[in-house]
Amino acid sequence: MKRRDFLKNSALASGAFLIPSFLKPFEAMASNELSGFKNLVIIQLSGGNDGLNTIVPYGNDIYYQKRNTIAIQPTELVKLNDMQALNPNLSALKELYDQGWMSIINSVGYPNPDRSHFRSMDIWQTGSSSDQFLTTGWIGRYLDANCAVNKDPYTAVEVDDTLSLAMKGAKMKGIAVQNPAKLYKNTREPFFKELVDEHDAHLNEDNLGYLYKTMIETYSSANYIQQTSKTYNTTAQYPQTAFAGQLKSVAKFINSGLKTRVYYVSLSGFDTHTTQLNQQGRQLKIYGDAVAAFVKDLKQTGKLDDTLVMTFSEFGRRVEQNASNGTDHGTANNVMLFGGKLKKQGIYNNAPNLAQLDNGDLKYEIDFRNVYATLLDKWLNVNNSSVLNSGFKGLDFV
Amino acid sequence: MSELEKIKHLYARAGFGLNADKLAVYQRLSVKQAVDELFRSSATSQSLALVTENVNYKMADKADKADTLTRKMFMKQQRQLERDLNIAWINQMSSTESQLREKMALFWHNHFACRTQNPWYAQQLNNIQRDNALGNFKTLLMQVSQSPAMLQFLNNQQNKKGHPNENFARELMELFTIGRGNYTEQDIKESARSFTGWGFNNRGEFVTRAQQHDDGSKTFMGQTGNFKGEDIINILLQKKQTATFLCTKLYRYLVNDVPDKTHVAAMADVLYKGNYEISPLLKFVFTADWFYAPANTGNLIKSPVDLIVGLNRQFYITYNNPDVMMQFQRALGQVLFYPPNVAGWPGGKNWIDSSSLMVRLKIPSTVLNDGVIDFHGKADPEDEAFLAAMPNRKPQAKTQAQTIADWDKFLAGIPKGTTKEQIADMLLSPAITNSLKAVITQSADVKSMVVELVSTPEYQLC
Repeated sequence: MKRRDFLKNSALASGAFLIPSFLKPFEAMASNELSGFKNLVIIQLSGGNDGLNTIVPYGNDIYYQKRNTIAIQPTELVKLNDMQALNPNLSALKELYDQGWMSIINSVGYPNPDRSHFRSMDIWQTGSSSDQFLTTGWIGRYLDANCAVNKDPYTAVEVDDTLSLAMKGAKMKGIAVQNPAKLYKNTREPFFKELVDEHDAHLNEDNLGYLYKTMIETYSSANYIQQTSKTYNTTAQYPQTAFAGQLKSVAKFINSGLKTRVYYVSLSGFDTHTTQLNQQGRQLKIYGDAVAAFVKDLKQTGKLDDTLVMTFSEFGRRVEQNASNGTDHGTANNVMLFGGKLKKQGIYNNAPNLAQLDNGDLKYEIDFRNVYATLLDKWLNVNNSSVLNSGFKGLDFV
Repeated sequence: MSELEKIKHLYARAGFGLNADKLAVYQRLSVKQAVDELFRSSATSQSLALVTENVNYKMADKADKADTLTRKMFMKQQRQLERDLNIAWINQMSSTESQLREKMALFWHNHFACRTQNPWYAQQLNNIQRDNALGNFKTLLMQVSQSPAMLQFLNNQQNKKGHPNENFARELMELFTIGRGNYTEQDIKESARSFTGWGFNNRGEFVTRAQQHDDGSKTFMGQTGNFKGEDIINILLQKKQTATFLCTKLYRYLVNDVPDKTHVAAMADVLYKGNYEISPLLKFVFTADWFYAPANTGNLIKSPVDLIVGLNRQFYITYNNPDVMMQFQRALGQVLFYPPNVAGWPGGKNWIDSSSLMVRLKIPSTVLNDGVIDFHGKADPEDEAFLAAMPNRKPQAKTQAQTIADWDKFLAGIPKGTTKEQIADMLLSPAITNSLKAVITQSADVKSMVVELVSTPEYQLC
């Protein structure tokens, strides 16, 4: 008997067998379905990352004219082509770029952009128009659309201690797991175990049934995630940052064969109204070093071809800097993609147009929902119209 | 259902729950008397008075000078005030006798969901919602519409003749009065023109700016005239659909997630015929037979604030570190004054996911035993500027809850000879199932049984 089998069996014996068959925990499923299992990893940069100082349009004079004190000089940049270059704090990503594991989509946004953090984040997380309020997230609706296949909360895992709106559907929701062992321990509180074991008539369609169903699914998922992920021992080196630790957890989940389709992680601190160079530089270094370690780890384990990473922020910042050596809230921004199976590697479309602005802000060229549509259609294998309502054609980056 | 059970249900919905020691008092009352008592104890409105001056403009001028230190200090001070305001309101809800008023203020806080960076404006709007919570909806709507917080939030400061900003006009119809599908895009345009010139001055007072007002003729919902903002609000309130829209929302807040058309129609009649007086409508609901029907009891999911406040009230909890209450709100997905968008918190099953449920089940044992808190919740998007400006911030370590529950007072409230099952009935709204009975009969003593009872999925319901 292999160790994995032993764990599976012992998990089954630990009390979960009282769960009715329609809530059958994953432990009982076969593991041969795992090869070719595609993962989407979403990285949210919170606060409105300044895309123009991330992927710098150094070939455009306007950039230097508008950013007297915060423009980065060509000699310091890590050049990608004649027009755009990486912020020096992202130098770790250059190797990924050269290997064809990185793609940059410029000028992603939406019509009538909202410059408030929480509203624009709401729009990005729900996939709504700017005049529409949705109570479900786009990944949540993906779970709803696909619930016949992906029944369990761990289909979408957020490495955090709370779940983002993006991950909540009407019927299905993902699960937040900051630390699998901790979640497992919390759910195994003897009293909770008794409640789960003793439940009987609760599983009706009413709210009490819903609460018990959620509790039992959490109980079962916590067990599955803990038992599965602990079979894998990470050998790759990661930087000593909290964010790198989160990506390390994601890699561990992927490498251990967790049947999760979508992972979600966030990095805060990008709202750089003042003294931006240091603030943003610090956060970008955390981001770039962690992503580089993550991608190389997955390359090493042979999982990079099955993984696609998408990084977004709720908006970019104004083209012109402000008087405090920072930038204020703007509109369109770049989206960064990483993976072993990118169709169009490198820079996907033209650098942002700095001459034709909308009230001092970049005009969007690609609707963010077209990026989502591509991920849904070509990577997660659901028809995007079941998640995004209006028909988006999608792009061809994968 | 016995009279006492009905009164318990009434207080669970119209307030934050009935305390153990009140049971003996209410045992002698009829439902009708209990309803009267509920209104009597909410007769006066106690305003929040934590923020004492409107510091925004004075300080913002300094911040504009690009003085980083001042800006940081300003941000810190503002955040501190926002936090203090939040906690002041939670404390008021946790201790007041005016349960109904606070519960309805919470309803209007969500109905007129609004964010402002200015704590003075936030407090002002909150007091409008509390003062008018049981009053007249038209007065409430007018005052909210003319509050700096809302004018700023929905961009009416930028709504000027020739350059209308439609944000306020749209939300007024979509979310505050008549609801989607009952107006045209043209109605939005025409009403936006009517609200041109509505704004506020540097002292935070409502002003109508005559030069910015478009005084041309407008056609709104079939009526034509030289309309001002007030006229638009009047026309909207003349539509019965506005009463229906409000009553549907209120029904979902007080009665059931799934609106019953007949009940809602009866409520709308009362509200509409009563010129949008709120108290008669609430009395109608609280005395209706269907309010006490089994289908409408013990089946609403408590909002995070309901849950926290309910615990605080039942167990007289003192927080030596009030930030813990902020942490709970963040982890459970409802931070007062920080609604997710102008549509407010969706509520119901939306409150519950794997993580929020586990936190809900853990909170009672944590606050009742001064346990350790090892979850944090995410920063709000609006906190990002603060986070960006504060390098080297460390993730919080595990913290002790630093709470004291007054167990003696709680236990003293329980009459002698009360059985375990009766205590369970008192604490939980849904009927106690056999399986739960089996679990709690194993509890070592009353105290641990009580902690267990409030750590159940059942306790999430009211």
